[in-house]
Amino acid sequence: MEQHAIGVGTVTDRLSSYRQRGSIALTGTVERDSYTTDEMMTVAASRELRDGVVCFVGIGLPSEAANLARATHAPDCFLVYESGTLGAKPDVLPLSIGDGVLAEHADSVVSVLEVFNYWLQAGRVDVGFLGAAQIDRFGNINTTVIGPYDDPKVRLPGAGGAPEIAASAKEVIVMLRHSPRAFVEELSFVTSVGYRHGGDSRKELGYSGNGPSVIITDLGVLRPDPETKEFTLTALHPGRTVDEASEATGWDLKVSDGVETTGAPTDEELRVLRELRERTERARGGQRA
Amino acid sequence: MSEIGEAAKVVGLREAVAEIVRDGDSVALEGFTHLIPSAAGHEIIRQEKRDLTLIRMTPDLIYDQMIGMGCASKLVFSWGGNPGVGSLHRFRDAIENGWPNHLEIEEHSHAGMANRYVAGASNLPFAVMRGYVGTDLPRVTSTIKPITCPFTGEELMAVPALNPDVAIIHAQQADLRGNVALWGITGIQKEAALSARRVIVTVEEVVDEFVPQPFGIVLPSVAVDAVAVEPRGSHPSYADDYYDRDNVFYAAWDPIARDREKFRGWMERHVLGVETFTEHLRSIDKE
Repeated sequence: MEQHAIGVGTVTDRLSSYRQRGSIALTGTVERDSYTTDEMMTVAASRELRDGVVCFVGIGLPSEAANLARATHAPDCFLVYESGTLGAKPDVLPLSIGDGVLAEHADSVVSVLEVFNYWLQAGRVDVGFLGAAQIDRFGNINTTVIGPYDDPKVRLPGAGGAPEIAASAKEVIVMLRHSPRAFVEELSFVTSVGYRHGGDSRKELGYSGNGPSVIITDLGVLRPDPETKEFTLTALHPGRTVDEASEATGWDLKVSDGVETTGAPTDEELRVLRELRERTERARGGQRA
Repeated sequence: MSEIGEAAKVVGLREAVAEIVRDGDSVALEGFTHLIPSAAGHEIIRQEKRDLTLIRMTPDLIYDQMIGMGCASKLVFSWGGNPGVGSLHRFRDAIENGWPNHLEIEEHSHAGMANRYVAGASNLPFAVMRGYVGTDLPRVTSTIKPITCPFTGEELMAVPALNPDVAIIHAQQADLRGNVALWGITGIQKEAALSARRVIVTVEEVVDEFVPQPFGIVLPSVAVDAVAVEPRGSHPSYADDYYDRDNVFYAAWDPIARDREKFRGWMERHVLGVETFTEHLRSIDKE
């Protein structure tokens, strides 16, 4: 584990150098039709995780991405789940945040309080994964309610661990399927803070984390503009178009000059991911992972 | 909590709930995914306790059932979903439509709830934390207030202590003196128990002597009022070294809870229509 040795900038540098290495290894692999959009999304997110980082993981796609990374290029990635498992090494994907499989091979199991206070709040987490119901152009996240708080159209699960992950993880990776209902002009409710109103406005809040570094969708990759902090389309997954991404975004999506193409999932990435899913499905008695 | 030196009593769950849980109480049934005290939840439903303030980080199926059966007038929580499956439909129906009754909510983050239990267990009026700043939560939750550090002048957030009238947890074992042992993911149960005025623990079994377990904790009997033996009392949650999480049941709950009539029918057949949790488990196995 090297969380104490890594400065925030260094993590990002190392992540981008990994991405370059990753794309070199990707030439001439499987065709687009041989993998699903969710698989592309999971693979793209897993490549963001550098070996050795301390990663705070949520259930669902983030857990899949983190465990794919651990089974491929990042075997020493240190996974923390909010249920209190430190250094979790699940061989199947947990359905809930507190499945027994997380505790079974963990380096330590601590109370929920310790995870949030001693690990997250204390700045020991390098990378946090978040999902969202809604996200805005500055990466602020809503998981609380659609419509007015006192008379909601849809009551969502709520905050969980997200506000503190967004506040204190050195960087945050957001995974969210692209749609105009999810990528909205204005959130119904701010559950977790991204870059707030853009520019330097997050800094006034005094959080130790730097905010969301990337949004991975089923269509492509968005990264914040260094000045305005507005999320900008920087890469498209193979076969996807700028028009598709723009139509699936509820605000006027900015597109970076020279949008890159994400390397398609390699045979190895797909094999490992599918094996992980099959093992998971068997363990759950035939349920879909 | 018990008088000093008074050991917890091993009693029946029906008797424990009847004596210890009163209408209008604030009640925390904790267990973070693991060791959820489902048997006690069903007993509270059968005894038709009303006007409860239910406290729990993750309401889960157990509070979906209690809310849908009209036990709660208020919910204090941080994440209300069916983990890995989707919505808690009874929880949503209560908030969105006031069915079966209006449900007041007080919502926090996990960190906020955990720190509130710790303050309660420590006999402090509040806890201090970094977080909530810049979110809409302080706007809708009156139990989140800014506070200035008296030493550095730094602005932080304060959340008040939780001191439930009753905490209920499930554990793997109790010994003959009423000490309680739990291991695996132990969440916030120790803090919840020590923050409460009265404590009920359901256990898988009573043993002569504990065998130390990795990451295990022991809650001494002086901090417990009643122990009741309820084998598989966490189902569909799990108890490490006893049985696994019933993931199929979590998924099956979704269509049951989605429909009010279907839900009522299921509760009548499998909870109100049985006397004990063991009977409940038999009745759902048959269906």
